[in-house]
Amino acid sequence: MENLFNILFVSVFPGNILLSYFLGMCSFIAVSRNMSTATGLGLAVVFVMTLTTPVNWLVYHYLLAPGALTWAGLPDVDLNYLTFITFIAVIAALVQSVEMIIDRFSPTLYTALGVFLPLIAVNCAILGAALFMVEREYSFSESIVYGFGSGLGWMLAIVTMSALRLKMRYSDVPQGLQGFGIAMIVSGLLAMTFMLFSGMST
Amino acid sequence: MSLVRSKSYKAFKAALWGNNPISKQILGICSSLAVTVQLKTAIVMALSLTLVTGFSNLLVSMLRNYIPRNIRIIAELVIIASLVIVADQILKAFFYDISKQLSVFVGLIITNCIVMGRAEAYAMANPPVPSFFDGLGNGLGYGIVLLSVAFIRELLGSGKLFGIQIVPDAFYTAGYSNMGLLVLAPGAFIVIGLLVWLQNTISTEKNTY
Repeated sequence: MENLFNILFVSVFPGNILLSYFLGMCSFIAVSRNMSTATGLGLAVVFVMTLTTPVNWLVYHYLLAPGALTWAGLPDVDLNYLTFITFIAVIAALVQSVEMIIDRFSPTLYTALGVFLPLIAVNCAILGAALFMVEREYSFSESIVYGFGSGLGWMLAIVTMSALRLKMRYSDVPQGLQGFGIAMIVSGLLAMTFMLFSGMST
Repeated sequence: MSLVRSKSYKAFKAALWGNNPISKQILGICSSLAVTVQLKTAIVMALSLTLVTGFSNLLVSMLRNYIPRNIRIIAELVIIASLVIVADQILKAFFYDISKQLSVFVGLIITNCIVMGRAEAYAMANPPVPSFFDGLGNGLGYGIVLLSVAFIRELLGSGKLFGIQIVPDAFYTAGYSNMGLLVLAPGAFIVIGLLVWLQNTISTEKNTY
């Protein structure tokens, strides 16, 4: 239990997938101009990541890992090299079906998240979380917590960033630094504050 | 032929400076910064990305008249993912140590927006040869930014270049110390912000004179 809590804490703060591994930067810069869209995209990422990381865990451990096909009577088969293409296909398929399910059952949620869902399929953070899950050899329950924590950390970062950019509209930024330049420097400062939490993890 | 060559050349050159993928198009920053702690990993990453972008543009462009419009994203993803798998397997076979250091970031080339962005924006509408050069140019433009960031971070952050100590020991005994912040994630953000500032300043000066 303590282990799970630790994974959650690390993935939200000191090991934030956006601010310390630079994943999902494109949408982070592009969508953080407006706070409500940032929140919408953040929610969608939490949702999709909590779903795709465990599903990819199952796919990896029952289909792709060396010796994973033992249950099918094929203990010598190693499909490890198909990891990337399978993960991306699983993510794209899940995002598509989640979109359709939400559209059918909750039109309000669909209007809030709908536009962002297709964007998410190519968000590096989602694939990144799945690959880190394999690399760090998480168990199934750990992968659920990790997926949720990473999504939450990503959302926290993008919402904070959008609030900061709102404030920045009234500040006098040097001409060459406006836009992308200042956004990167502010994210650097933000990354520093998130890093301060690393003393608290065990 | 000369027309094709000039078009290829233009696409290649624009990507290096004026329309640099990272600093001007704001694409592909995703995985780029994580590998810039050392020059060695940055070079390997830049090379793999250049090759993947070049060949994915070439293949997408060759197939552009056969790919149905509404499933083009998936078709592009499959092409890119296959190329990345090839790159990853080559790295694992010949440069095992570096591939361990790059860890998941080779795989993340798939979702790197440059590759996808160029396939969508250029290769779907242009013949194979210019597309190939556009891909190479964009990969190299990305590589230049990556290498400059890595150069600054490795030199000031750990006093080394390519793992060889550059800052003499006499400096350390005289009280110089490495800037630890640059090795950490925030350093990368700040360095790239400053580099973009520098590039913008230089280009606007050129325009006014």
